[in-house]
Amino acid sequence: MALDKTEVEKIAHLARLHISESEAEEVTTRITDILTLIDQMQSVDTEAVEPLAHPLDVVQRLRVDEVTEENQRDTLQQLAPASEDGLYLVPKVLD
Amino acid sequence: MINSTVAEISAALAAGDISSVEITQAYLDRIAALNGDLNAFITVCEDSALQQAKAADDARANGDDSPLLGIPLAHKDIFCTKDVLTTCGSRMLHNFVSPYNATVVELFNSAGTVLLGKTNMDEFAMGSSNETSYFGDVKNPWNTECVPGGSSGGSAAAVAADLCAMATGTDTGGSIRQPAAFCGVTGFKPSYGRVSRWGMIAFASSLDQAGPITKSAEDAALMLNVMSGLDKKDSTSIDRPVEDFTASLNQPLKGLRIGVPKQHFAEGLSAEVEQAVRDALAEYEKLGAIIKEVDLTNSHLSVSAYYVVAPAEASANLSRFDGVRYGYRCEDPVDLEDMYKRTRSEGFGEEVKRRIMIGTYALSAGFYDAYYRKAQKIRRLIKDDFDRAFEEVDVIIGPTSPHTAFKLGSKSDPVSMYLEDIYTIAVNLAGLPAASIPVGVANGMPMGMQIIGKYFDEAKILNVAHQFQQHTDWHKQKSSAIAAANGEA
Repeated sequence: MALDKTEVEKIAHLARLHISESEAEEVTTRITDILTLIDQMQSVDTEAVEPLAHPLDVVQRLRVDEVTEENQRDTLQQLAPASEDGLYLVPKVLD
Repeated sequence: MINSTVAEISAALAAGDISSVEITQAYLDRIAALNGDLNAFITVCEDSALQQAKAADDARANGDDSPLLGIPLAHKDIFCTKDVLTTCGSRMLHNFVSPYNATVVELFNSAGTVLLGKTNMDEFAMGSSNETSYFGDVKNPWNTECVPGGSSGGSAAAVAADLCAMATGTDTGGSIRQPAAFCGVTGFKPSYGRVSRWGMIAFASSLDQAGPITKSAEDAALMLNVMSGLDKKDSTSIDRPVEDFTASLNQPLKGLRIGVPKQHFAEGLSAEVEQAVRDALAEYEKLGAIIKEVDLTNSHLSVSAYYVVAPAEASANLSRFDGVRYGYRCEDPVDLEDMYKRTRSEGFGEEVKRRIMIGTYALSAGFYDAYYRKAQKIRRLIKDDFDRAFEEVDVIIGPTSPHTAFKLGSKSDPVSMYLEDIYTIAVNLAGLPAASIPVGVANGMPMGMQIIGKYFDEAKILNVAHQFQQHTDWHKQKSSAIAAANGEA
């Protein structure tokens, strides 16, 4: 399936990626090539086939809802590009 | 001693012939001498390695005799290592010093191993040549004009060049087995769920699995003994007893039924790789094995289904990299959206962005059934093919890769790179265990043979691999440059 530049820009926006004007054409071509590869799987009729989410068809393991980890907020926040008073800082969202 | 197997170094340490500090220093010297050319390591942990080695020697003096005590290893830079840079080969994490250890790292620490450093890899494990790393290409120790394979290319090159005794890798579509084949070492991808994924930076969660890269099948068994087992922190980790994988290495192969998939010997396979694998099958027949052709009818669909499942899961997993809590953030964002977009566009490389976009498209409104659900149905067909084959055979053997390592820079279009993993991807889609072991050398480059087993039959694969290595010496072959560096003629 061939995509056009507008569709690729829309996908980039959904993925929160910026595609520059100079890259757009090549990105579109590459992605179209990959979608052509992917479309090989449309050649098989899978109407009656059950999708496989986990090779062993296991079910989700559950645990008791209790606190098991200690609070490491200060340690983890040291990794942030910008933080203050225990909060993560980002550019202003509301004026 | 640096070219010895883990089993040999372990025996020498136990006998007191060498100390962990001595062997660790020998590897550090070797890294200092060769890593400039090979670029196999992103980070070298010289001081902490020597401290860990000293601690291992002290523990041994106090009676600790764990098999891997004091053995120097390298972790792929996808495993979080506390207080050590953990980049995943990406600019996005170029400054990320992990605040915790992955479960795999904890397990090796508890076993007393020594961490030499973190190995280079394709960015976020997306690649088959190690060329997508933000930290530069890794060179193949057999020929530095060639790729080492990927994504665990740094680990495979480090083991092949004797920069470490053993290394960890991860395998989503062939990322342990293909670089093992290209570098002439042993690589093992366990059954999905066998090894904890906690603290292993996620690429495609339904496919990712960690495993060993070593100089022999016996060494892979020693590593798997440490790595395997239930981890309550990983909800997909399987609750199943871990056997001693070394226990059955020496079982005779008489009566072993080997399946040979005709689809893995079809068009596209190079003549020299085919010959090497056929010669190995003849060797197995001499050991009493029975060879049977098996039919993996849908294997030609594995690459297309994989390039839906893996990018879709990657697009979700990589949404966490937003420049807020850790890692790279762009300069002077004008608003929140600008920050997200520029952080991600500058922090991720081309291949990663491509896969995020493919995954985003496949999961976007209206396309789920046509792509992700369809791919999951193909997964079922692929798994059913293996299930049928394994009713008649004990293991399946074929080539790991269609050819030997290719030249750096020679595959510029993504689709041709994706087709590199044509024999390995189906194994991940089915969640099966598989190894790649050296099977020959052609034109100065090593070749690999893939051994696929039933679910949780890791021990059988290791037995089959070990017996081959008892009767051949392909796994001991080194490139002439590495043999010369080792002081051999």
